[in-house]
Order: sequence, then structure tokens, then C-alpha cells
Amino acid sequence: MILKRLRLFLGILTLLILTFLFLDFAGLLPAEHIPLADIQLVPALLSLSLGTVAALFLLTLLFGRIYCSVLCPMGLFQDLTARFAKLFKKRLKYTYSPEKRWLRYGSLAAVVGSYVAGWSVLLSLLEPYSAFGRMVTHLLRPLYMAGNNLIAAVFNHFGNYTFYHTEVFMLAGSSLVVSLLTFLLIGYFAARYGRTFCNTLCPVGTVLGMVSRFSMFKFRVNEETCNQCGVCARNCKASCIDSKHETVDDSRCVACFNCTTVCTKKAIRYEFSWKNSKSMPIEEESVSERRRFLTTVGVTLLAAGTQVWASGMHLATNKPWKRKSPLSPPGAHSTEHLNAHCTACHLCVAQCPSKILKPSFLEYGIEGMMQPVMDFSHGFCNYDCTLCTEVCPTEALTKLTVDQKHATQVGIVHFVRTNCVVYTDETFCGACSEHCPTQAVHMVPYKNGLTIPELTTAICVGCGGCEYVCPAKPSKAIYVEGNPIHRIATLFTDTHNKEVKVDSFGF
Amino acid sequence: MKRRDFLKAAAVTGLATTFKLTEGMDLMAQRAVKPSLKSGKTDLVAVMGGEPAQMFQKAMAELGGMGKYVKKGQKVCVKPNIGWDKTPELASNTNPELVAEIVRQCLKAGAAEVVVFDNSCDDWRKAYKNSGIEAAATAAGAKMMPAKEATYYREIALPKGVVLKSAKVHQAILDSDVWINVPVLKNHEGALMTISMKNHMGIVWDRGFFHRNDLQQCIADICTLNKPAILNVVDAYRVMKTNGPRGRSTSDVANPKALFVSSDIVAVDTAATKFFGQLENMPLESVKHIALAQAHHLGTMDLSKLNVKKIQL
Repeated sequence: MILKRLRLFLGILTLLILTFLFLDFAGLLPAEHIPLADIQLVPALLSLSLGTVAALFLLTLLFGRIYCSVLCPMGLFQDLTARFAKLFKKRLKYTYSPEKRWLRYGSLAAVVGSYVAGWSVLLSLLEPYSAFGRMVTHLLRPLYMAGNNLIAAVFNHFGNYTFYHTEVFMLAGSSLVVSLLTFLLIGYFAARYGRTFCNTLCPVGTVLGMVSRFSMFKFRVNEETCNQCGVCARNCKASCIDSKHETVDDSRCVACFNCTTVCTKKAIRYEFSWKNSKSMPIEEESVSERRRFLTTVGVTLLAAGTQVWASGMHLATNKPWKRKSPLSPPGAHSTEHLNAHCTACHLCVAQCPSKILKPSFLEYGIEGMMQPVMDFSHGFCNYDCTLCTEVCPTEALTKLTVDQKHATQVGIVHFVRTNCVVYTDETFCGACSEHCPTQAVHMVPYKNGLTIPELTTAICVGCGGCEYVCPAKPSKAIYVEGNPIHRIATLFTDTHNKEVKVDSFGF
Repeated sequence: MKRRDFLKAAAVTGLATTFKLTEGMDLMAQRAVKPSLKSGKTDLVAVMGGEPAQMFQKAMAELGGMGKYVKKGQKVCVKPNIGWDKTPELASNTNPELVAEIVRQCLKAGAAEVVVFDNSCDDWRKAYKNSGIEAAATAAGAKMMPAKEATYYREIALPKGVVLKSAKVHQAILDSDVWINVPVLKNHEGALMTISMKNHMGIVWDRGFFHRNDLQQCIADICTLNKPAILNVVDAYRVMKTNGPRGRSTSDVANPKALFVSSDIVAVDTAATKFFGQLENMPLESVKHIALAQAHHLGTMDLSKLNVKKIQL
């Protein structure tokens, strides 16, 4: 009972904090100091945080898949969904089902295989922490922001500006669709069958299951006191207790402590197991499971199809210039590094204070789908901000100091003179140069006292201030071309400061 | 069904008309004190050699005190330049001590409330914070207001505008009884100078329109707003000479410790430009929006026609 309470407490805490990290557009929590994302298994593996990985494996080896019940937000989301479903269907009970071994290992093999082959998209789709992050970012966050705006409207009406309006917009249709399907699919199975996802498609569940088979503490049925009432199995959301045979499938048990709490005979206990071990007989998969698998595949294909279709739409928009390479965020080093490390959790997307990171579509190709790309339609990269590099749990974006960021060129500015209002209208502008933090874009004399932009590309950091603010329509006169491999931006040299002594007003 | 539609449309139209009228009447009722030409009272004060707050105190003493401009119970809006995520030494934003002193004087004159805002270029939360203005103004008793969302703006007509015929203006300006314009003196690579008039670009929502449609004319046009600032306080304590309006480092900044105050926006920008001309070459006629504003009869570029008070501390 105490253990279950502890699990509930920690689990709820994890879920609340992690959810809020993805909602927090106002930067209320210091996300860079909250390592909840960093201790997720896949991010820890990708960032080569071997200490964290070892600790997680050790935790599992000692106590079973505690991770799945306390640390994994997707697991906790499923528990919450099941709880919610119970409100409507009081008699919801689980039943034992045999392990879908080929599905578990097949999924894991596919994820690992495709990742090794350079396709991180399958990992991104199934990795539970990232899939959860996307659900919150794309489904809940807009509602949170809209709710904030509603509250802000009321407060502002009475002259209180503690809450402020924020712009709500769709980040990327493709990621929204993927998130929605993830939500519906995992939510459906969670409401009906409990932790189905964790014991079928989830690569983390499968890997930890391989370890928890041998864990030191396990749930054990005492054959003498057990009366085979089956209440444990009916309450097992992992469907891993076979009350008839009085066995527990340790590889699928997520250590939720539901069974020990409901057993009136105290016949099922969480106990030291390294003395006498007993493993489950493996059973054949059933037709219904195959059907379930096929549904999943179908939905995945549908998602992919939607993306391809949407990409066609994307290409249909006609622009005089087109970015040849996408802009990977600072700290990504190169598109290749990003693609190899990012699981598209969208924590950077959610945290970016300037709202310039958006999930990619096919900018990086299918293999890098949903990974963050810089987009200057709602803002530009703040020169002194390094937040995305600090929150990234997978080291897809490695931490940059402010100085390192100033020396990072994510892209290079390009000027389309014939689009520029100074050229077309012969009127003053200079908005691009105004926003340029290094004066890589600076104004030089043109004609009739006008000034026109001139570029010093070596000192350009690729922040996109110029592109964001350029007033030319429909196509901007200035834009940033991505560097597939980030380059070093030369630091600007200070303007010679000639000391002028002013002791009169000049008029 | 048709009748219902008609009634609905009629109701909406009626409502909209009422709204516009009220807005117009509001604005009509709030006229700034117009500087009189050589009438004996001071039209423009230039102060030099002191600290920001001290210089403002001197200037206001010369102008007859804040009580002449802000009446008891009025809602006041103070509009500094908080464009950039930069610290005060870099002179990209108005000096926070100056803003705080203005807020204090308004409250002392009996203002019911003082609201401070700017439509920042950089992330507004960072700009408000790192400019030091949020902390200074709040400590002085003002309320900081957000401005980075279209909901905070209302469309108003600018019948005198040549190019800019209407603009979405921040509600803090529209809802105030009086407002005080507090720019910082900077060079501007596009508009050449950014002073009091250019600071109006922070009260509007769509700056892109300005840049797209003859920036200099639009700057002059927005100043025809039927509710001119009661005072223009030009902060030249630190001055950005080069690479403005954003600037890169302290090498762009001079520290001549000056301040210019006037209700005549054309005169004060003229004076500030001439002052700036001593630091960097800047012919007055090159800053076209000043002459365009004079053509709008918003003030005079001929400082000899005004009572100018110069104070050296």
C-alpha cells in the first residue's frame, strides 16, 4: 500500500512537471534546470549519458520496470486515461493475455534497424517520452494558450497584466496529425486494455522488459495462500498475471502495485527473488493480436501518407526563392547530427521563447520527419538566447554558451535586391539591418539619400531577424539559407569609437 | 429568416458605428498643450551634464512642473523605447532611471495610474526585463503592459495621413488621458534617426506597413494621431552613434549626458538631431520625416522661433 502510494505520488509529480514543461510558453519553470527529460531512457542513450543509462538499467534490474510507472510520461498518460475511462465504465476489468513476443521484438528490431540505417523517424514515432511530448505540444498546448488568453482578457479588462495574450498558431500540420493519431490510438488501447502499448510497440518497454525478467524484486504468487480468485489479474493493467497458473510475466509487469493492493489474501507479494526463480511459459500469438498489429501498421501508413500528401501541398506554393537547405537549430552542429540524435519530443519547440522552432515536415527528408527546424514566420532567433540547447535531452542540440552561440552560423543571409522596397519603391526601409545583431546586414548609400542593404556574410549568425522583419511581399527580399553543417561565424569588429567631446547643444 | 438576418446585420452595423464614434470623440476630447510661439513661456528645454533623473527634474522645473501636464486622477501612459533585449549601457532602450523619474513625477502630480509599454522588436519579455525598465518603472509605481499581441490594439483613423490613413494603436495610448513619449536618441540605418517621431512605431501593431509604404512619410503620418504626446522627453544620456537602432556593443555608444523636453515634437527632434550632428555627421534635411511632420503642421524646425531654455549642469 505504501509502495503504491509512493508510486502514485512520484508518478503524478513526473506527469505534472513534464506536462507543464511542454505547456509553459511563458517560461515560468526554469526548464534548463529540470532534468526530467534528461533521465528518459532514449534521450539518455542518444546523448550518451552513460551514467543515466546505467542507473536506469540498474533500477530495473533491482526493482523491475519502476521506470514505466514512475518516470515514463507516456505510461502515466495511459494510467490517467484508464482512470478516466473507469469513470464512465465502472466495471472495467483487465484480463490476462499472453505475451505478443514477435510484436514486441519485431517492433524493437524495426526501430533499432531503421535507426542504424539512418532513419530515426520510427524511433521518434514510438519512443514514449517524445510521443508524449508531441501530444502535449500539439494537442494540449494550444488549448492551454487559448485558456491563458481567455484569463488574460478578463484580467486585462480590469487593468491587471499578470496574464498576457499570446499568439496561438498551428506549428505543423503533419506533427499535429501524428500527435492526434498517437493520442487516439494509445488512448484507446489504454482505456480498454491498459498498458497495451508498453508491452507491444514501445521499444523502451521491451528493452526494460528484457532486464526486468531478471530483476531482484518481483511480484510473486504464493501458491498456498492464493485461492485463484483472479482479482489481481482483473486489476493488472499490463495483463501479465495469469491467476490460473499463479504466475506473473516479469518482463511485462510495470510494477504498479495494483495487484498487491487488491489481493485480500496477501497471496501476491513484491519480494526478493534471486533465490528461486520461475519463468513464464511462452504462448502463441492469437489472431486478434495480429489484427491489432495490422491496425497499427495501417494507421502508421495513413500518417505517413498524410505527410506525403501535405508535402505536395507545400510544394504547390510558389515562391521566387526557395531555401535549399533547412535551418537546423543552434547546437545541432549539422543536419546529420540532428537527424541521428533527435527523437522529436518537441521540448525545444515548446520552450523556444521566440516561437521559431517548428517540427519539420520533409525538410530533412522522411528520415528526419518532425525534427525541429528554424522558421522565421513568427519571430527570429534571439541573439543571446541558448534555451533550446539547454533543454534538449538527447544532445541533438548540445549545450552552447552565449559566446559559443555568437560564433555559430546556422545559416547565411541572402539578399534579393529586386524584391527590396528601397529598390522597387525607392523609399527608406532598413528593417533588416535594424534587426541584425552583428550588422552582417548593414545599410550603404544608394541614391537620393536612400540607403540599401549590403551583406558581410562572414559575421552572419543566421538568426533570421532580417528575414522575419522584411516587409517585402509576397516574397521577402532577404532570407537565410541553411548551413547543412554549421559554420563558425566570425565575430564582428567594433566600430572605431572616435571620442567626441560635446560641450554645447549644437543649436 | 431573412428579417432576422437583416436585424442582426443592422444591430452589428449599429454597434460598430457607435464604437467608432465613441473612439473618435474620445480622441477629440484629449488635445495636447500646443506650444505657443514666443509667448514668454518655455517651449523646449535642453539639459546637459547631469544624471537622467536629475536632468528631468531640472527640465520640468523649467516647464512649470509636471502638474501643468498631468492632472489629478488622470490615466497616464509613458511610452519609452524598449525595443531590444539589451542592457542600459548599450543605449538601445530608454534609460530606466529616466523612465522611473517620469513615473514618479506623474504619480506625484496625482495621476490615477501610470502604464508603461512598448511594442518591442526582440522578445518583449526579455526586452522589458533586460532594459531595466520593467523593474525601475514598477518600483516607481507604474504598471507594465504587454504589447506583443494584436488584441492590445485598436484601429483608429488618421484623416490627415498622406500614406498611412489608419493604424492599429495600442490601447494604453487610446485609453489614457495623456501620454508621454520617451524615446532614446539613436542613429537608425533605415530612417537615419530615431527620436520622438520614430518612437511612435512602438505604439502601432503593423510596422511592416510603414516599411513597405514609404517609411519616412508613414512616420510623419502616425504623428498626426489626434492625441499627440503631452510631452516628448528625449533621452540623450547615452547616445547610440552607429549601428543603430539595435547596436552591437558599447563602442557604438557615446555618453554626452543630455536631455531634451518639449511638447513640440518637430522642434524636439530637430534639436536632438542637431545635437547628434556633433557626434556623427547627420544633416537635418536627410532625416526626412522631420520636415514631413513640419509640413503636417505638427511643429516647427525653426528653433529660433521658440523659447528654448538651455541648462548646463
